[in-house]
Amino acid sequence: MTPSVTLRTPDKAPTAVPQQHKKAELTLVSRSTQIKERALSLLFFLCAIVAVLGVVLIFAFVAVRAVPLFKQIGFLNFIAGTKWSVANSQFGVVPFIVGSVVVTAGALAIGAPLAILTALFLSEIAGPRARAVIRPAVELLAGIPSVVYGFFGVTVVAPLVGRMFGGAGFGPLTAWIVLSIMIVPTISMLSEDALDSIPMGIREASFAMGATQWQTIYKVVLPAAKIGIIDATILGMGRAIGETMAVLMIVGNAPQMFAGLTKPIATLTSQIVLGMSYATPGAFQTALFGMAALLFIISMGLVLTVRILSRGKRGTYDA
Amino acid sequence: MRDLFAEDRERLKELGPDAMDKAVRNQRRQARRFRERFANNAALMVLSIAAGITVMALAIIILYVLINGAPAIASHFPSFIFTWPHGVNAAGGIWPTIVSTIYVTALAMLIATPIAVLAAVYLAEYAKQGRIVTIIRFAADSLASVPSIVMGLFGLAFFIEAFHIPMSMLSAALALSLLMLPIIMRATEEAIRAVPRYIRWGSYGMGATKWQTVRRVVLPWAMPRIITGLVLAMGRAIGETAVVFYTMGMAINMPVTPLDSGRSMAVHLYMLAVDGINLKSAYGTALILMVVILLLNTLAHAIQRRYRKVR
Repeated sequence: MTPSVTLRTPDKAPTAVPQQHKKAELTLVSRSTQIKERALSLLFFLCAIVAVLGVVLIFAFVAVRAVPLFKQIGFLNFIAGTKWSVANSQFGVVPFIVGSVVVTAGALAIGAPLAILTALFLSEIAGPRARAVIRPAVELLAGIPSVVYGFFGVTVVAPLVGRMFGGAGFGPLTAWIVLSIMIVPTISMLSEDALDSIPMGIREASFAMGATQWQTIYKVVLPAAKIGIIDATILGMGRAIGETMAVLMIVGNAPQMFAGLTKPIATLTSQIVLGMSYATPGAFQTALFGMAALLFIISMGLVLTVRILSRGKRGTYDA
Repeated sequence: MRDLFAEDRERLKELGPDAMDKAVRNQRRQARRFRERFANNAALMVLSIAAGITVMALAIIILYVLINGAPAIASHFPSFIFTWPHGVNAAGGIWPTIVSTIYVTALAMLIATPIAVLAAVYLAEYAKQGRIVTIIRFAADSLASVPSIVMGLFGLAFFIEAFHIPMSMLSAALALSLLMLPIIMRATEEAIRAVPRYIRWGSYGMGATKWQTVRRVVLPWAMPRIITGLVLAMGRAIGETAVVFYTMGMAINMPVTPLDSGRSMAVHLYMLAVDGINLKSAYGTALILMVVILLLNTLAHAIQRRYRKVR
């Protein structure tokens, strides 16, 4: 790694005492420099390992806390149980899994097309002026804290939904509307990256054959960027499943099975926050940690899926 | 009876035998061209509408918070920012929550920045591409996608219950720094990779060691983009609620030492919005949060733009 022969430069800035300049002659790198370089590269390696350590510790400290519950009620009763009743020590999480799936699927169904179309507009159609407005707007949407989205949902969307469909307005439909806006920037920004990485040449070839702009987008650009866009959608899905505060504020928080678009439900994330506020150490709290471990595994699974999908892609367009 | 088409038939005879085919083909081609143009225009319209909806969603949220929040702040102008909340309704200002937010964010930046930047230096400059780097990248990606509630529970279980750090600025900053780590790491790594290779060669050619090259040449060159990443990570930490909720608590307090507890602006907004007791303060807090995030984003953009002009 370190070249064995280098010019040894003084460590001090050039303003140092003139005597030191004499030392700037071709020598073997001194032992101390070599040790310093080694030590530094080890330090950097340790810093990089912090990320790995973080992931391992998160999983260990969250999942280990859930183990006693599995011993007590059995893993199957936890993951496949349909009844959640703290008083009866029933900790089936199926209602929350269903809640998370419903909320995420709906948000994706609205948000993903919107985001991908926005990305297409930005990458393929928009002129510099439109882009200068829309792109910062999308980035800003990503920056807005989720608690502000939740607040917006509580004060604007929920009353609106309540007036149109009856009830208080807290439920999956409200969550869909708010979450779909929240995942637009994630999907849109990543899709745009994928679209921008497609070489201009294949678009020009398509235009040269007389294709219209839409034909080029539909038959050339989209297929070429397919994997990148799928990746973006999966990561958006991760954002929707893991979203906590906004969902908690608007989903209604009733630990019951999904029964209708305007009936309150609970998701994995919202139920954890809700439960933690009054859970005492014991089976109840371990169940919440078990749900957190489940969320962690889901989000890691999504990241892994993206990695595996993009592995095939690498090298296709790297000229 | 008069032959209505006699004239046409005459003309056809004059034009030749395949004129009919030609005419039909021509007509079909025109129809297809029309269809294509129609589909094209319709599709482009749909794309523009989608982009419009996205921008509108942002505009609606910003305007809504602005319209409701501005009077709440303006009617008690400096006092809303600089006084304490009091009473069960948290009437009055939000000063301690602002201080807590700045305190914890600064502390988290102090912890996360050196680790993340050096980790990125390792990935971009030192590491041999191989299994270890793949694992580190995967870990960083996973860390970036950990749901914030999971991170919050981890902070609670690890820093507070296992290490007995009280619910404080320090424990929250540690948890937040884990959240910021992958963001800064990715930005820094991309920034370092964008540094042209010949500049490094120049440095090596002058006899500099690897570390000297990284410290004196690569990092300064990559600095604007690193700072952009830092600013965005900062925005993320300021808006984070769930993590802070479980590691810092929600006591309204003016933090002095890192072991003091407090309540961040985001948590304050959450409490006010859920209880629905003091919506006015909630709007005001939301507006301040939004303005801070907006300013940070603008700053990040400005840095990027300036950097692009220089090079």
